[in-house]
Amino acid sequence: MKRLLALVPAALLSFSLLANEAAPLAEDPVVEQRLVHIAGELRCLVCQNESLAGSQADLAKDLRREVRGLIKEGKSDEEVKDFLVSRYGDFVLYRPQVKPETYLLWGGPFILLVAGIIALVSYLRRRNRLVPDTPLTEEEKKRAADLLKADS
Amino acid sequence: MNKFLLPLGIFIVLVALLAVGLNLNPREVPSPLVGKPAPAFTVPQLHEPEKTFSPKDMLGKVWLFNVWASWCVSCREEHPILVEFARTGMVPIVGLDYKDKRADGQRWLARFGNPYQIVPFDADGRVGIDYGVYGVPETYLIDKAGVIRFKQIGPVTPEVLEKKIIPLVQELNK
Repeated sequence: MKRLLALVPAALLSFSLLANEAAPLAEDPVVEQRLVHIAGELRCLVCQNESLAGSQADLAKDLRREVRGLIKEGKSDEEVKDFLVSRYGDFVLYRPQVKPETYLLWGGPFILLVAGIIALVSYLRRRNRLVPDTPLTEEEKKRAADLLKADS
Repeated sequence: MNKFLLPLGIFIVLVALLAVGLNLNPREVPSPLVGKPAPAFTVPQLHEPEKTFSPKDMLGKVWLFNVWASWCVSCREEHPILVEFARTGMVPIVGLDYKDKRADGQRWLARFGNPYQIVPFDADGRVGIDYGVYGVPETYLIDKAGVIRFKQIGPVTPEVLEKKIIPLVQELNK
């Protein structure tokens, strides 16, 4: 019995040893934070509506591993993104770069806005012209003046 | 009459844009690698781990670089087409076994036939990343100078072989 009791702490100890075996999630919190920040702006190629940070696809895990490695090598955010763009194309970027091919993409909404304003202004002007400007007659002016006087 | 012309025009333009946009395949991401030199790598081979393969071994030849895996379902669909095409001997095919287990890859080739001259083995998928692989199978046509000339995402079909790969191989071999 005594021998059995002596085994209890040993058993407990072994449990705590087992519990320690899970690999730490983030070895280096700074690296992990940058990883999440960069990967959040990149598209996962397998499940195209997920970011690289949120995807559990195998490829996304591999790419996170690569990005983590690049961060540890001291690469800047831009260099990490260039690494992926050179392999997978601009498609991986959720925020496309501004360059000749994307001018229309970035400028399009503003072009539409300006076109809308021009259309609105020309419509309002045309409408003003349609409503004829009819000045008040002398009698009406008098009546208006009387009404205003009576009010005050 | 004039009143309806503008909305009708806008409607027709929208229909045209949607017709084109909705018929594009979102899986077909244009690869930035076409027209660029094939990324260098050196990995062991599947059957003989002591031997390695590197794309520069193929310099001077036009060759097909096919990325496959034993766990990949569409590779199974593509495989007979590659086996058949390899018989013509038109172009050497190198088959990168991507993120696979050695035994599984070997068994798969033994079972379905081996169309490949060389089978490099990419255990951790690093080569795949350098080649922008995101869905196996993918196939690259590489010219004599080691430049990627064509990339097929997804299985190679007889149509792709006939219309794209074979004409391009003939052109590059001139």
